[in-house]
Amino acid sequence: MLEVQDIYKTFNPGTVNEKRALNGVSVTLNDGDFVTVIGGNGAGKSTLLNAIAGVWPVDRGAILIDGQNVTRLPEHKRAKFIGRVFQDPMMGTAASMQIEENLALAARRGESRTLRAGITKAERETYRELLKILDLGLEDRLTSKVGLLSGGQRQALTLLMATLKKPKLLLLDEHTAALDPKTAAKVLDTTEKIVQRDRLTTLMITHNMRDAIAHGNRLIMMYEGRVAIDVSGEEKRKLTVEDLLAKFGQVSGSDEANDKLLLS
Amino acid sequence: MLGFINALPGAVSQGLIWGIMAIGVYLTYKILDVADLTVDGSICTGGAVFVVLFTGGVPMPLAMLAAFGIGLLAGLVTGLLHTFCGIPAILAGILTQLGLYSVNMAIMGMKATVAINVTNPDLLDQLLVSLRFVQDVAKGTRPFWRHPIFVVGLFTVVVIAALYWFFGTELGASLRATGSNQNMARAQGINTSFTTVLGLMLSNGMVALSGALLAQYTSASEINMGRGAIVIGLAAVIIGEVLFGKVFRNFSLKLLAVSIGAIIYYIVLQAVLALGLNPNYLKLLSAVIVAIFLSVPYWKGKYFGKSLKKGAGSHA
Repeated sequence: MLEVQDIYKTFNPGTVNEKRALNGVSVTLNDGDFVTVIGGNGAGKSTLLNAIAGVWPVDRGAILIDGQNVTRLPEHKRAKFIGRVFQDPMMGTAASMQIEENLALAARRGESRTLRAGITKAERETYRELLKILDLGLEDRLTSKVGLLSGGQRQALTLLMATLKKPKLLLLDEHTAALDPKTAAKVLDTTEKIVQRDRLTTLMITHNMRDAIAHGNRLIMMYEGRVAIDVSGEEKRKLTVEDLLAKFGQVSGSDEANDKLLLS
Repeated sequence: MLGFINALPGAVSQGLIWGIMAIGVYLTYKILDVADLTVDGSICTGGAVFVVLFTGGVPMPLAMLAAFGIGLLAGLVTGLLHTFCGIPAILAGILTQLGLYSVNMAIMGMKATVAINVTNPDLLDQLLVSLRFVQDVAKGTRPFWRHPIFVVGLFTVVVIAALYWFFGTELGASLRATGSNQNMARAQGINTSFTTVLGLMLSNGMVALSGALLAQYTSASEINMGRGAIVIGLAAVIIGEVLFGKVFRNFSLKLLAVSIGAIIYYIVLQAVLALGLNPNYLKLLSAVIVAIFLSVPYWKGKYFGKSLKKGAGSHA
């Protein structure tokens, strides 16, 4: 479903702030894979997701979604294939627009926007039903401005928007990191529910090793702009935090990094 | 005092005409979240194109349409400078505005003023609005429905209705999303460059249309007619928001509030003039008023932070 082939990205090349963020990343996701991504700060996790989403062009390498080369496609054109939830709850929704308007925008992801009605009566009923899965009471607040919602509510709404029109690929960029533990657990629970229901191919970054182990059928650890560890199947199911730390120690060649990774 | 009351119908008429421009400013400043300074130039371009075409024998509606079209074009230039060339929106607007000065002069045949000969009754009759109609209706020599307040009022209602419809469509919604959150818009597959250009075009189209009305009202287009227009537009937007923001929730009412804001602005100007202020100080007065109103939300947020919720209600 997703093929990332040897991509490189350096920010601010030739300056003192030069940062080699992606250093030859290659990863292939099969249809229905739910991959969790971990790694320390600056390992390139978010950069990888942004590269796939097309926020900026990569320096080298290719990205294929469902066999189609999207490396040169701008962000808004790739959106046809990709649903995204960001780390910042403010980023995924339009605050000054109503809940139902946000959903209607998401329902038209990847389609050309014409002079037809922005939202229809039938859609409203559908949204009311769909919002129930979030279990936040938003189904009764269709016309509320999204700016009035809490961070957790906005994140849950963004998740619903990202999956409203079934994406070929769902990108979750630490989407629970900015939430309190209880809300985070709920949003993660909803994520699991939706991903299972629609069998979505998913790439989920998390800073929490336990979450990374508990969710998905495959785990990737990034280190210095590369995929350092790739665990799946039976091995992934049996994985523990200790295993993961030991593996990371081998890759990075030091024990100090373990603490850094845990704390980050 | 009597002079002030006598000047009221004129002030309201002129306020309504500038209100059309202010609605254009609202589209960029509030909906698209872009401060577009093209306005100062494009309002004159609209007036100039109208007057030159109209005095050249083109029927009034066609000349109005041409003015609207030239406004779209001015917006397109600013839009492309901003999105395609990566120039910050404010600077892109300033560049277009500056360039338009020469363009406007060229349109008017290198003259600073081109007048419509309103002493010719046939020509006068063809106009949609005119300052003379205010006097004629008062004298009873012209039917009440030719009064600029009535005509421009109706025009405003039609414009608001059209915009209300447009911003309810898929395309209109994508424009609003762009102004609200570009990241979100792109993630939902909206080409934000396209919507930004479209918004700038639409806005300047309205502004040029207002210029065409203004030129008819004053029976001339004049190279400096747009100087400070953006400030008047902002004043109207802000006055409308301060006075009606709490009551008018519906989008069409918000646009109406802008128009009313422009009318109030002109009534206040008349009042100040009636008090004997030298008209040359009007621009300074406008600038001060707008500066005060723009700083109020900032100071409020800084010292009474609790009453302001981030992200809520900061846009249209």
